Amino acid sequence: MTILEARNVAKSYGPRDEPVVALRGVDFAVEAGELVAVMGPSGCGKSTLLHLLGGLDRPSSGEIYLHGERVDGLSETAWAIRRRQEIGYVFQFFNLVGNLTAADNIELPGRIAGLSSKEARRRRIELMEELEIAGRAQLVPARLSGGERQRVALARALINRPAILLADEPTGSLDSVAAAEVMLLLRKFHNEGQTTVLVTHDMRVASAADRVVRMRDGAVISQTALAANRDERGRLADLATLEI
Amino acid sequence: MKHPLLALLALGPTHGYELKQAFQERFGAAWPQINAGQIYVTLQRLEKDGLITGREVQQPDRPNKTVYSLTPRGTAELQRWFDAPAPVPRLRDDFVTRVVLAQATAMADPGALIEQQRATYLRALRQLADVPTGGNHHLLAALLVEGASLHIEADLKWLDRCEDLLGKGESP
Repeated sequence: MTILEARNVAKSYGPRDEPVVALRGVDFAVEAGELVAVMGPSGCGKSTLLHLLGGLDRPSSGEIYLHGERVDGLSETAWAIRRRQEIGYVFQFFNLVGNLTAADNIELPGRIAGLSSKEARRRRIELMEELEIAGRAQLVPARLSGGERQRVALARALINRPAILLADEPTGSLDSVAAAEVMLLLRKFHNEGQTTVLVTHDMRVASAADRVVRMRDGAVISQTALAANRDERGRLADLATLEI
Repeated sequence: MKHPLLALLALGPTHGYELKQAFQERFGAAWPQINAGQIYVTLQRLEKDGLITGREVQQPDRPNKTVYSLTPRGTAELQRWFDAPAPVPRLRDDFVTRVVLAQATAMADPGALIEQQRATYLRALRQLADVPTGGNHHLLAALLVEGASLHIEADLKWLDRCEDLLGKGESP
């Protein structure tokens, strides 16, 4: 079942007579339960694609479908409601509210989407435990490490149990240890069934995906399926055939 | 396996089974499972070459065991191994040779070969991420995994370059 789909989506910025083309007719679909990584050099259009999929921006042409329903033409308000309920978003630089505690940052979108304070709190506690940041609930973001901030951001993105999680360079501002931890968590949620699209330029991050989509100059240039070996536990011994 | 065994013997005389354990402890998950037979065969060869010497030790209730120690020649060989620079990365490569000849002979699609290789590398990268490298004993494992991952990342970049040079970097 297709959760989210872009059909022939194009996007340009700037003046009409001299536009900067970010996307030139991209087809892209995400199936339920998939973890898809979108890779490419900076400026290839991968973040633009994610913004359009997440409704943070509108395509210049082409169509976006969420659960088979066309959404790119929705009014700002209607889109905002759909987005809140169905799409979780994680950013490279966390985008947490600086003067709210971690707990409030996480609960806020739940409350806005209509959860009771009791339910928002219940889900928040559960997520913070799962993300191993239960002890950080009452701290403001400035008191948290980068890895902890991203985990708070992840909890915030998941509080409304979105159909799809979109992550834009989720490990891009983390050191390698924190990055590996955040990746483990994304993989864990994926293993529990969370449909996820992540944009990255890091090949190690991309290697966790079921499918790697490569972009360049505003277009998709290749798609690589990796799903078959997803649950393999590796020893280097098994890699001997690669002669690495 | 020759030189790592010599190095472990440089820590003091020991017997085959202890060497197997020492191997596992130091190399962790990043080294192929070693079977005891492999170790004994290597030890016999090293002894024949005069790099180590074995001494029978009697054990009550159990068969005799052979305790090995490094000879001066073995120490010299080990020192030579430590001091020599490691080999420089390959220049010839089987895969790129195949890609170029696939194009020349039209017997296979170079783009498909590259795509298949990319999937292989990405899977290998994921397997490396799953190799346990925690704990003090596994510094070596962590270093091996990091090295192998960096090599694969370079190989992946190089596949992109191959694609460009073969003129397949355009939209499909």
